[in-house]
Amino acid sequence: MADLVAAAQAGERRAFEELVRMTYVETYTLAHRLTGDEEDARDVVQEAYLRAYRGLHRFRGDARFTTWLYRITANCAATHLGRHGRHRHEELDEATAGADLHPDRDPALRADAGELRDRLRTALEELPPRLRAVVLLRDVYDLPHEAIAAELGISESAAKVRLHRARNKLREQLFGRHEDDSRAM
Amino acid sequence: MTGTATEVVAVRCEDMQEALAGAADGSVVLTRAERRHVERCLRCQAEVVQYRKLLRTLRTLRTDVLEPAPGLLADILATIEEAGERQAVRSALSGRRIAYLGGLAAATAAGAAGALVFATRSRRTRLAG
Repeated sequence: MADLVAAAQAGERRAFEELVRMTYVETYTLAHRLTGDEEDARDVVQEAYLRAYRGLHRFRGDARFTTWLYRITANCAATHLGRHGRHRHEELDEATAGADLHPDRDPALRADAGELRDRLRTALEELPPRLRAVVLLRDVYDLPHEAIAAELGISESAAKVRLHRARNKLREQLFGRHEDDSRAM
Repeated sequence: MTGTATEVVAVRCEDMQEALAGAADGSVVLTRAERRHVERCLRCQAEVVQYRKLLRTLRTLRTDVLEPAPGLLADILATIEEAGERQAVRSALSGRRIAYLGGLAAATAAGAAGALVFATRSRRTRLAG
């Protein structure tokens, strides 16, 4: 991928197109998870690749190309949702909510975590978008707090607070609230 | 129980939540008092386990992908191609503009040099006369 990036930076459009082919499904998945809507995700992905193409000279290679692309996608999704002033998550029907997901290729992991993962997908979809964005970018796509804050246009401390709230909501959703009688005090 | 009463009272489950999530992903190191609290608190122990499971499961979502509807790749490539063509036109126009300005500058310099030569010759002629 590094060779393709270098070729694309040197002006070879075919190299950039190959990078698109290699990454667009993952980028679309992130966009769909952030926006909760197929049409919004398509718009976000196109905008993200356009920005990446125009700003390729700014990619210095100190992060992976995909990480850089995820940052752009997160920024585009935040802009897109802000511009539209609403979130179409509620309009999602059950058929689009993860029906096309490919199962993990590891059979052991699939057997152990399959049910939990299904419940997690549902819990994520039910999170408010601003919380969902932070937990997805941090815990699924491994972006640093600083990058998340920058792309979502919030402070780093706000990003951390949102992450904590998102994780706590997900935990409660998956495992339920604790009974008070198990406390130490 | 090895902790003192002060330590037990100082740490409450409610105050531990953020630290527990951080401890589960390794971003937070618990203080000694917090560690002692967790060692004897079933609720907090359970929360750490739950956060670990949650984070592990979240990480597995990284390999799950949604298949976009057909046509997305073609649309992206068309957008890039269009942008590439616009960029090429812009740089061609920019190149022409540079050539034009260069020519204009050369003509101006030549004119100025000619005027200087003419002025110098006129002066010599006057001095000789």
